[in-house]
This record gives sequence, C-alpha cells and structure tokens, in this order.
Amino acid sequence: MSSSQGPTHHVAGLNPRLFRKRDFWAGVLMIAFGLLMSLKGPTYNVGTLMHMGPGFLPTALGVILIGIGIAIAMQAVTVPDGEDEDILPAEPQWFAWACILLSPIAFIVFGSLGGLAPATFMCVFVAALGDKDATWLGSFLLSALITFFGVMLFHFVLQIPMPVLKFMGWSLL
Amino acid sequence: MIYTALTDLWMGFGVALEPQNLMWCFIGVLIGNMVGVLPGMGPLATISILLPLTFGIKPVGAILMLAGVMYGAQYGGAICSILLNLPCHPPHAVTCLDGYPMTKQGRGGVALGVTVFASFVGASWGITEMIFLSPILVRVALQFGPAEICSLMLLGLLAGSTLARGSPLKGVAMTVLGLMIGIIGSDIETGAERFTFGLTELDDGVALVALALGLFGIAEFMNSVNQQADINTQYTNVKLRDMRPTKEDIRRSIGPMLRGTIVGSLCALIPGTGPTIASFVAYATEKKLSKTPEKFGTGMIEGVVCPETSTHSSVQGDFIPTMSLGIPGDAVMALLLGALMIQGIVPGPQLISQHPDIFWGLVASFWVGNILLVLLNVPLIGIWVKLLTIPYKFLYPSAMFFVCIGVYADNNDMFHVAEVLAIGMMGYVLLRLGFHPAPILLGFVLGPRFEENFRRAMLISRGDILVFVERPISAVFIALCTILIVGQLYFRLFSKKKPEDAVEQPLAAE
Repeated sequence: MSSSQGPTHHVAGLNPRLFRKRDFWAGVLMIAFGLLMSLKGPTYNVGTLMHMGPGFLPTALGVILIGIGIAIAMQAVTVPDGEDEDILPAEPQWFAWACILLSPIAFIVFGSLGGLAPATFMCVFVAALGDKDATWLGSFLLSALITFFGVMLFHFVLQIPMPVLKFMGWSLL
Repeated sequence: MIYTALTDLWMGFGVALEPQNLMWCFIGVLIGNMVGVLPGMGPLATISILLPLTFGIKPVGAILMLAGVMYGAQYGGAICSILLNLPCHPPHAVTCLDGYPMTKQGRGGVALGVTVFASFVGASWGITEMIFLSPILVRVALQFGPAEICSLMLLGLLAGSTLARGSPLKGVAMTVLGLMIGIIGSDIETGAERFTFGLTELDDGVALVALALGLFGIAEFMNSVNQQADINTQYTNVKLRDMRPTKEDIRRSIGPMLRGTIVGSLCALIPGTGPTIASFVAYATEKKLSKTPEKFGTGMIEGVVCPETSTHSSVQGDFIPTMSLGIPGDAVMALLLGALMIQGIVPGPQLISQHPDIFWGLVASFWVGNILLVLLNVPLIGIWVKLLTIPYKFLYPSAMFFVCIGVYADNNDMFHVAEVLAIGMMGYVLLRLGFHPAPILLGFVLGPRFEENFRRAMLISRGDILVFVERPISAVFIALCTILIVGQLYFRLFSKKKPEDAVEQPLAAE
C-alpha cells in the first residue's frame, strides 16, 4: 500500500481487481466463519475465565479467525495485478463437479428407496458420467461390476445392515 | 530401563504375532499397498477410505491394520512416483526428481529395489527410537497438569500448521477451522448443543470419517477429475529380476541410507516437521555432500535412497509424540489417533501403561509389517505395476462408492453421507482458495481435549491466564510457540521464501 506511483496502485484498497484475488476471497471466507462463531458463540453462555461456559472457546476462536482472515485478505492487496487470480482452474469442470456431488445424493435417495444394490449402481454411474471420456456403456459396465463386488464385500462379508434390494418397504434380498 | 523396554517389546511381538493380529497387519499392508499404488491415491485418501473397514475389529487389530495400511500406502506411492513421475504424497515429490530419470534409463526396477530396502532401514531406526524414547517421554509427560498439556497442544497445533506446506497464515486458519468443527455437537461439561442448528444428528459432533473422506476424498476427486495428465506407461514394464541392484548401486546407497536415517529422525524430533520436510532436507544434504552435485536430477541413485530413508525414519518418529503424548504431528497421525478414539481409547501419556498391548503390539507390528512389505513387494511388483495402468475415470467413481458406503457404515445413517457431501464441497472451495486442508484434521482431533484441559487449567488457577507462563514447563512450550511465530514472521519479512521453498521451487509438485 506504501507505493502510490503506479496508476493502478493509488486506490489499492478499492481496486476492482482485488475482487479477483484468491487471497482476498480466502480472507473473506475466514472472516465469515469467524463472524459466525463469534456472534453465535455468546448465545451459548460465555461464563467467566474461571468458570468458562460452552460459549467461551467458540467466541474466542471466532475473534482469532476474524483476525487471521483480515491478515490473509491484506496479503491480496500487496500482490501485484495479474497474479494469484486463478480461483477457478484453467478448465472449469462444472459438469464433472456436478456429477461427483450428485453421486452421494444418488446414494442417499436410491439407498433409502431401493437398498444397497441400486444405491451402489447409481452412485458409481452418476460419478462415472462426469469424466470427459465417459460413455454410457462404459459407465454402465463399471457400475455393474462395482455393484457386484460392493454387495459381495459389504453385505455378505462385512454384513452392513442395509437390505440389498427393497421395494415399497419389502425387503427382497 | 533398557531391560524393561526390551521385555515389553518381547510382549509386543507376542501380541503382533497372534494369528489374528498378524492377519490384520497383513491385510492392512496388502490393501494399503494396492490402493496406494493407484495413481492419485495418497496415504491420506487411502487410510480414510479403508478406515471404516476397521470398525468391526478389536482395537489392537484395528490399529495394526491401519498402521499397515499407512506404510503400505506410502510404499505404493513410491512406486507410483518412481515409475510414473506422479507424486500423490508430498514427501515423494523429491523421489521423483531422480527416480523418474532412472526409470527412463530402464533402471526403474533398481530404484524400486533399493527403495524397499531403504524404507526398511529408515523405519527400523525410527522404531528403535520409538522403543527407547517413548517410555522416557511418558515418564515426563505424566507429571503434566492441564496447563502444561494445553500449552503443549498449542505448540503441536502451531507447529503442525505453520511448518507444513503452503502459507503459514492459511495453515493456522485451517487449524482454527478444525478446532471449530471439533466444537460442533454437545458440550462435554454442560451438554449444551453448539452449532448443531437444530439437527439432532449433529449432537455427537461431526464424524471423523466424514471429515476425512470429505476433505481427502470428494474434494480431492473434484480437484483432479479431468485434470489428469496422460499416464505414460511405456516404462512400467518392471519385472522381478530388474529389481536387483548391482554391487555398485549397493555401495553408493549405504552412505545416503545412513545419512537419510539421521536426517529423518532429527526431523521427527522437531514437532511439526514431518516427512515432507525430512525428504527435502535429505535430498538437499545429499546433493551438497555429493562430489557430482550437477548430476542430481539425471537419475542418481543417492537422490532416491536418501529421501526415501528419511521419509520412513521420520514417519516412524512421528509416532512417538502421537502415541506417548497423544499429540499428532500431521494429518496422517491425527487420522490414526482419531481411529483409536473411535475405538474408545483415550490418547495421552497414560496410553502406554493402560493399553500396553496396543502400544507394544504396534511397535512390534511395525517390524512385522515392514518385513511383510519387503516380502510382498518383491514378488508382487508385476501386479502393482499393472495397477498403475488403471485410468482415473474408473478409479474415482469406484472410490466415490467407497466414500459413501464408508460414511454410511460408520453409524448406519444416511445423514453422514449428506455430511460428507457438504464437507467435500467446502473442502474443494478451500483448496481452490489456496488452503491445504490437512491441518483441519489436526485441529479437529485435538480440539475437544484442548478445550477440556483449557477449562480445567483455568479452574485450577482461578481464572488467572498467566498460569501458562508461570509454570516452568508450560512456559517453555509457550516460549517455543513464540519463537515459532516470530521465526515465521522473520522469514516472511526478511526473506521472500521459506527455507524449504527454495528446494521445493523447481519441483512444482502440485
């Protein structure tokens, strides 16, 4: 912040490019977590230093985290323009990310409705579709294979209490 | 003193060689090695994925199996780095420097052969250290009151977060975040529900498995999906007879092996400097001592042996504070300690006297496991090499299934699957913002005990915060913490890079 010669530097604090900086957002996120803790913490009864209540540590940690967050965000100000702006990777993989995140959801939904086998199949299938070289057939075969071994290992060997296949409350296997 | 340690060790061998425990150790090493070889699976991901499998086993068997998984995965990672130039675990980044050029010259087998032997030597020394240092450390630590434990934990947390990779400030932020995640759930003393947001499933806190699998599983998959460099498998055709080193290789390896052992064990003694720093320091030392430093990076066997020995020696050394004080030095140790806690075992100085079977069994099983590792890797190298060719597009969907079923099996509860999803998403955001999520685990595992001891210390001292600097031992730990922080600030202000960054720079490991 000390130098004010460059045309882009004299409003360093308000520099619109600041909003592209990775460290800026990292700091903001930490400040947000810190605020959450230090604002919610006192509602749990802070107590005194001798008799600490359940709210003491969260509040204290929250304040510390806000401080660290500010320090991290400050680093973004000192970094020259053009550097450290790669929050998203060079080739964002929105579809693959969605597939990976949908995979546990598929596990929950099909596991609750249909049991272990459908849950496994859908979980692997959805995740596999995310790869850029994925084919329907390839994903299908992989899911079928994993379902077979998964059921063998987790149902028969490790005996996880989850029906392999159930339908409308009827356990079929 | 030495005599008791040796008799205890003898008892430990009795535990480790019980057929059932031997079997778990063998399974752990085998599966750990198998999963660790797979490109993109580091020890953290491997241990997290295999952690749920140990829930049904008795504590001794479970910890033996997990320790087996750990060094199996570590050795598997070395295969992957040497043959494919893909370091899945930071300490192996250095091994790639000379390991991969050796592979290109057709000497990859030799590199693997000496690595097996080097890791055995390094580990053996680390185990010996553990046998003799742990009881001494425990004797000291048993005198500690809450104030000392508290400041020691603070030192452990600070060292673990600032000396690891990346920005120290971000490391501390992650530790604090981990402590915060550890707070979620009902308070031990008053039973007040904290940060549960009305979800009764969160009363018992965030599950360790969900946290580990979210951060090192889902977040890691999101990071590497479709970003994998094409795997070059043209050099991976290694056969058993390629592994035999020549006389010249052996002669050149002995010196680096001994030096690597020393560097590794020294790094293990300084809290927070884990295997990664040990391997960088070892490589730098070896390069400095060599008569032909310019040849490093072109396939020098010394450049493979020394870092690998020091890594293993330092990993074994890291077990000393983890098992005897209950303070893990890095995320891998935190995960193992968390696994013990899931089994209902309270970590801390009393662990060795209360559960001698676990401690000495573990020590003995390290040797058993390392011998198994040598025995397994020599004949099975052909199979491991085949595993290297499994493409990522098959790997991560299968791993997603193991993540889901693993967190489900933790408590037979679908809520945990949702938990791992949320943590994974958060973990990826943190990764993209330049945070390394490993210290989160450290904070999470130590958090509840830290809070408990902090409260107790404050109660005993009648609310006087100065107790931490008034008691001599605690004051030493606080002084070390201060030195650590001041040192970091010093490096930050007066030199552009941290010392190990200078070695790390040409690697661009991640």
